Amino acid sequence: MAEKVTRRPYVREVPRVRWFLQHPRYVRYMTREVTCLFIGAYTLLMVAGLQRLSEGRASWETFLEMLRSPWSIAFHCFALGFSLYHTVTWFNLTPKALPVQVGESFVPDAVIAGAHYAAWALLSLVLLKLAGAY
Amino acid sequence: MAKSNKPIVWGPFAAGGTLTAFMTPVLVTLTLLAGLGHVPDVLAYERLHAFAAHWLGKAALIAVIFLSLWSVAHRLRITLYDLGVRADSGVAAVLYSAAGLASIAAAVFLSRL
Repeated sequence: MAEKVTRRPYVREVPRVRWFLQHPRYVRYMTREVTCLFIGAYTLLMVAGLQRLSEGRASWETFLEMLRSPWSIAFHCFALGFSLYHTVTWFNLTPKALPVQVGESFVPDAVIAGAHYAAWALLSLVLLKLAGAY
Repeated sequence: MAKSNKPIVWGPFAAGGTLTAFMTPVLVTLTLLAGLGHVPDVLAYERLHAFAAHWLGKAALIAVIFLSLWSVAHRLRITLYDLGVRADSGVAAVLYSAAGLASIAAAVFLSRL
């Protein structure tokens, strides 16, 4: 039954790993995807913090002390940058994921994304205030 | 009809993606401030212990941790596939299990408070 292949279709060579360097759009996509590494690492840091908290005051104080190390500060700066990038890309996608129809027409993308940005800004300010950050 | 477990995987991913979009920058800011020597009130031992010992605080922390880790695991799975790792079911099992185990660990620590 095996047919003999008489033609050789053109197959474009795509690098297995570094394909995303071939177009700025792919680079932005990959940047968005790697935000998960920083968010994941930060969440694991939270779990480690809860462990220290459960061990008592002295253990928690060493955790706070650890946060002051240069490595921790550098990690936090990256984590903040990448988590903000996740936020921006996520909100910009919400009009695609949650289109809102009113009557015949759809609510403009900018309104849906804008509502998310506004709610996020408000929530962030309230949480920072409640946490005593300012 | 073909069965699919995609909604089960995807639901927590979407929830976690939204949650991290809203919450993670604030959380990172809080511990960054602590690292810079300006410890926010909520990270003082008494305040944080009181928050995490209350059932509502426990629920909030577990929800944030589980949904964050699950959405991270899902995105990392897709990214590894994009980077040429084709052992998808193995990758999925490892990553989702890791997210679950870390969440269970967090629940255990919270239960000791």
